[in-house]
Amino acid sequence: MSYTIALAGNPNSGKTTVFNTLTGSRQHVGNWPGVTVDKKEGVYRKNKDMKILDLPGTYSLSPYSAEEVIARDFIVNESPDCVIDILDGTSLERNLYLALQIMETGIPTVLGINMMDEVALRKDVIDFKRLEAEFGVAVVPLEARTGKGIDVLMDAVSRTIEEKRVPKRLPVYELSKKVDEDTLADKRYSFITEIVEASVRREIKDGEQKQSRTDTIDKVLTHKIWALPAFALIMYLMFAATFSENFLFIPGLPSPGIALATLVENLWALFTEVISSALLSAGAATWAYSLVIFGIMEGLGAVLGFLPLILVLYILMSFLEDSGYMARVAFVMDRLFRKFGLSGRSFIPLLMGFGCSVPAIMATRTLDSEKDRKITTLLCGFMPCGAKLPIFIMFVSTFFSDGNKTLVLFFTYMLSLVVSIVVSLIINRVAYKGETSNFLMELPQYRLPTLTSVGIHGYEKVKGFIQKAGTIILAATILIWTLSNFNIASFNGQNQQEYGTPLAPIESSFLASTGKVIAPIFKPAGFGEWRPTVGVATGWIAKEMVVVTLAQLYADDISDEYLTGYFADATEDELSELGFEEGLYDSEAARDIYTDEVLMTGSDAKALPTLKDDIKTKQAALAYMAFNLLCMPCFAAVGAMKRELKTWRVTLGQVGIQMLTAYIVAVFINVVGNLLF
Amino acid sequence: MTLGELRPGEKAKVVSIGTTGAMRQRILDMGVTPNVEVQLIKIAPLGDPVEITVRGYQLSLRKSEAALIQVRK
Repeated sequence: MSYTIALAGNPNSGKTTVFNTLTGSRQHVGNWPGVTVDKKEGVYRKNKDMKILDLPGTYSLSPYSAEEVIARDFIVNESPDCVIDILDGTSLERNLYLALQIMETGIPTVLGINMMDEVALRKDVIDFKRLEAEFGVAVVPLEARTGKGIDVLMDAVSRTIEEKRVPKRLPVYELSKKVDEDTLADKRYSFITEIVEASVRREIKDGEQKQSRTDTIDKVLTHKIWALPAFALIMYLMFAATFSENFLFIPGLPSPGIALATLVENLWALFTEVISSALLSAGAATWAYSLVIFGIMEGLGAVLGFLPLILVLYILMSFLEDSGYMARVAFVMDRLFRKFGLSGRSFIPLLMGFGCSVPAIMATRTLDSEKDRKITTLLCGFMPCGAKLPIFIMFVSTFFSDGNKTLVLFFTYMLSLVVSIVVSLIINRVAYKGETSNFLMELPQYRLPTLTSVGIHGYEKVKGFIQKAGTIILAATILIWTLSNFNIASFNGQNQQEYGTPLAPIESSFLASTGKVIAPIFKPAGFGEWRPTVGVATGWIAKEMVVVTLAQLYADDISDEYLTGYFADATEDELSELGFEEGLYDSEAARDIYTDEVLMTGSDAKALPTLKDDIKTKQAALAYMAFNLLCMPCFAAVGAMKRELKTWRVTLGQVGIQMLTAYIVAVFINVVGNLLF
Repeated sequence: MTLGELRPGEKAKVVSIGTTGAMRQRILDMGVTPNVEVQLIKIAPLGDPVEITVRGYQLSLRKSEAALIQVRK
């Protein structure tokens, strides 16, 4: 005989910790049909016949939000064998409100009063026997953080199921059908207040308690003046720990995120080399070799490369979330963001977008309104992520070497903010008719999160990303690889005759011919040539690929002669710094080093002279930068979007908005720029 | 007077809630019901929203919502 047990409770009641303790690693995250709310299921570690289902955290069962509807429908329609309701013992009144609604359904219920350690610190004494007698259900003290009381809780659950013990019928339950919702909430709370007064002994009265830990911390973190600097510092540390190459300002010390990413990249490079030599020694055809190494391995590498960043950023994020700080961030930033039609909670994902859009988009899950989630996901794509930087740097140094380079770079960053604000305001006006989201939010007590819960969170995010986004990234990467390596002549044997392989050079590939068809669209933006157009497309694999592709397409600009001349003045030390072995110039390695080290970092102001035939003016160069900044993000980000937005319709709709915005802004910059200068 | 007019540290009793629909239900569900005692704790650094203590926990709400909740000192 197997049983279904539903786990209910307020947000911040420690419900997730209880779920993790009960199920351990035996859990499965799915999706409630039709909504973007996670459905978590698992089996009880000590009894495999007990299936445990984690209901969304809610404050009530009123059918107003998606979470509440799910919780209500599940309890009423699926009638689980038992509902465990986890309550925060430090705010029993509010927590009992949900408990009362659950018990009213008549489903066997067990109440777990959590945070008993904090209850003890407040010197509150709860009379459990009294609560049991009042409600007619088992009431168990819990300390979920340490696991204390979990076994007792599950014994109570077993007994409740065996005895088919249903909650006592209370007079207050009879009111639901008779009175309006105002009176009902009022009556329920009055009833709860009576019970709490009779069963909780407070040694120290409300208002006479000495300052709690939360008050002390809040004195700084939500202080009039210190709130913003404290916030900036915390965000800086979070970023530094993920993306910094000089962690804590120590030159050359990589942050945990970068260290892990480098490790993964190196291992992957090693693995790729093994595969590569295996293929070569097996005498694989050139096209098969290219498919495996440049298509599949590169696609998988792109997925893998993101994992360390997601892991580190997520562990830190869930630390801040579980500690209660994120609620304060929303509290502090709400006013500013409401002006743009968002809520304070949108701030964190957007800020993370400056590092990488993938974890940024995944962080939109913490937003509580569907509207905020959708708009924020869309805006994440506009953020100048780390991979877009090489494009900007290369263009700034090539086209603006005579001007104020910092100013141009600054303009690009400001552009992303201005465009985000404008797009958000328009979408609010058009799609949501100015509907404002509510901002009724609990400011929970500060608590030190447990390592397990933070770890499980990070692990789940990484797993989810691989499952949901991995295939999209791989498929899209292989598609771009195919388009850039094949043409008609690949299939009728002409390439075979001419080059000894079916592969086509990129300049006559399908991608190039498609680029030639599409390019005229970009005439008004000033870069209507096929090569810049193809650059945009390969940027979708990873944004820094734009630089690599342009280097490939303008190969004549990087002739051996040019490279010898460029590196001629470099000293031995400089050469070895750039990656030449033993500091010796090597014409074989020169092109790769030039692309990866010189173009990406914008060290050559005279780079790619023929690029200037295609993109003739500074205005056009700026338009090209803006287009790459704002258009569809990389496939990894689109995969993350699909994961959060659930349907292809919404995901592609958002990509459409991004492309359209990018186009309008690029044309605007070019046209207005030409009028002004 | 309204909840939004309280100064930090001031306590008051809720008289009535002037919002409608889902917002009203949510405010009630969170324990802000007639006759309950609330205390305004602080106003956010940018001037909005506000933080109150109600039924032993901290709740934040926007001034626009607080302005619709009538209270008596």
